[in-house]
Amino acid sequence: MRRRTLLGGALAAPLLTACSGGDDDTDGGGGTTLTYGMWDPAQVPGMKKIIAAFRKEQPRISVRIELTPWATYWTTLKTSMRGGTAPDVFWMNAVNFQLYAANGVLEPLSGHIRSDRTPVDRHPEALVKLYAYEGTQYGLPKDFDTIGLWYNKALFDKAGITYPDETWTWDDVRDAAAELTDPRQRVHGFAAEMDRQMKIYPAVCGADGYVLKDGRSGFGDERSIEGLRFLTDMVDRGWSPPQSAMVESVGRVRYWSEKVAMNYDLSAMAGQMYAVPALKDHGGVAVLPKGRRRATIIHGLANVISAKSRKKAAAWQFVHFMAGREAAEIQAREGVTISSYEGTQDAWLKSMPEFDLKHFIEMQKYAVPYPSSKNTTVWENLQYPILGAAFSGKGGIESACRKLGGQMDRALKEERAV
Amino acid sequence: MSVFPATAAAKAKERRASEAAPRPGSRNQRAAYWFIAPLGIGFALFYFWPLLQTFYFSFTEFGAFGGHTFIGTDNYARVIQDVTVWQALVNTLIYSVIGLTALPIAIVIASLLNRRGLRGVSVYRALYFVPFVTLPVAVGLVWNWLYNGDFGLLNEILGWFGVDRHYWVSDPSTAVYAIGTVMVWSTTGYYLIIFMAGIKGIPQDYYEAAELDGAGALRRFFTITLPLLSPTIFFASVICMINSLQTFDLIYIMMGEKNPAIGDTQSVVGLFYKWAFIENAQGAAAALAFLLMVVIAALTYLQFRLQKRWVHYA
Repeated sequence: MRRRTLLGGALAAPLLTACSGGDDDTDGGGGTTLTYGMWDPAQVPGMKKIIAAFRKEQPRISVRIELTPWATYWTTLKTSMRGGTAPDVFWMNAVNFQLYAANGVLEPLSGHIRSDRTPVDRHPEALVKLYAYEGTQYGLPKDFDTIGLWYNKALFDKAGITYPDETWTWDDVRDAAAELTDPRQRVHGFAAEMDRQMKIYPAVCGADGYVLKDGRSGFGDERSIEGLRFLTDMVDRGWSPPQSAMVESVGRVRYWSEKVAMNYDLSAMAGQMYAVPALKDHGGVAVLPKGRRRATIIHGLANVISAKSRKKAAAWQFVHFMAGREAAEIQAREGVTISSYEGTQDAWLKSMPEFDLKHFIEMQKYAVPYPSSKNTTVWENLQYPILGAAFSGKGGIESACRKLGGQMDRALKEERAV
Repeated sequence: MSVFPATAAAKAKERRASEAAPRPGSRNQRAAYWFIAPLGIGFALFYFWPLLQTFYFSFTEFGAFGGHTFIGTDNYARVIQDVTVWQALVNTLIYSVIGLTALPIAIVIASLLNRRGLRGVSVYRALYFVPFVTLPVAVGLVWNWLYNGDFGLLNEILGWFGVDRHYWVSDPSTAVYAIGTVMVWSTTGYYLIIFMAGIKGIPQDYYEAAELDGAGALRRFFTITLPLLSPTIFFASVICMINSLQTFDLIYIMMGEKNPAIGDTQSVVGLFYKWAFIENAQGAAAALAFLLMVVIAALTYLQFRLQKRWVHYA
């Protein structure tokens, strides 16, 4: 979800000036100019192509991109919502969606979807549901991410272990992690990092536990605890660096520098993995190993319309276009993210033939949507401080989980009271 | 508040100035009001008005997208009941105690730099001052590299003496002190400049007389320098205390989000930032900010009360 944040911060400033007042704004014929809020500079070229294609279909509507770096995207958006200067159409994520929908600042799309027959069913169902609130659809997905098991074939060969595949369970991961760990080379078999989207949530769901269900926290649930124990156990046994070490170099960096043999990571990182020569050569990817059940976390961004927009009809035309096949194909060709439109992902798969990227798409079948509620950030912020010690090899994951469950329930109760 | 210390000499000058002040209502005095007007307006607009607003907002609940409702003292109840607030307060007090150690260090260096005949004083002064003018973000990043558990310089050096490698900023037992050390490192230069000026204000005759009487360097330091520097030390300690109580950026940069020691290092202002800008609890954050102001005011008052016991105005 926070991919390329550094890049976003560093590149956005010059791009901001490059985009606002850009060539899409040359509309003199009395047409409508929409503003489109997004945060990822890497996706600007692709978006410009989509906008050009849209323009061909709707010559009277032009779209101007408003790029805000990730670090300030949400505060800026909230402030501009209050001031009435928010973009007409903008990017939304699961963490923030319900807060916006519940406060009535997003335009309901269900009616439009029905009358214009927007191909919602061609997008992953779990993802579409993420952007519905109390039975009304407010956002249409544009892309998605799942988590896969990235592994280093060279390290596997050295240890004489066969590569991970669809048959792998947590036991296989544990066995392999033990074999792959080499303290003298400071190589670890696995990176059991404290990261909610990439490690904690997949492990909880893989153990058949849950993060959030019917307004209640699942962290106190025995199965959820079992999932987290799978992670902290790796730290306790020395098969994974402790969290205290991964504060300084995160699991992803350790995987890049071949100091970690297996790592759970996002599909969106494929491009960056591909840019590392060693990993392009001997990096592999497989579906997540099975715990009590198969699971991965799916998340993706959606396009939403501001309820305060004065150009809602045009905005809907644009959002409708972006939920269709043509826009998805352009996005996939640009290769940054996986388009959520079914059957348009081929271009992405082909862009990195050395990696078995198809697993990321297969995993949709059993993917669990990213858990969220009205004020997700509040209970998400409880996680790292409470779980930190257990992830650093200090033990006590069971009591930490129960404590987290209790505090999260309290936060959820407060959320409902508002 | 002035950057320069109220040294004994300056105090005396001030007294003389006030004796010679023009009578109320004179033309001179009206001119004075005009001169301080820009500052006064700035203070009212950017300090006093936000203060009143914060106080008001601390009794309200904010909507995520504008509007607020009056909810009485609920925010204060929340602040008082929240364990993380107390933890942050304790951490913040630890930072201020650690931060104060910059003062003795600065005094010792300042008195060494003030030795007669020492060459290249301005070079030293500049070198010591550089950390203070460097952005806390840059300081934090560099120190994170030095502290790094896997390849940091600190562990490397300790390794020569057989000390095991340690994750300084992510182990809850050392993180506060690791950050505190950086705070001291980056502020010592500032106090050094203040103390050097303060020492310069001490008449050289005292030292010469003491030397004739056979007092050694240490004796001169403790019986002349320290007592006569006490007004400066008092000023510096008040500033230092306030700065440490408001500390935020260095911790924010050095800790990151997933640090297991985050609860053990978070300052009150850090918590304020989290509430106000991430968790959408502006009302409670305002209450927290107001309480911090009360704490700072109380501690500063205490310092002013205690100064009578140890500060000598010559």
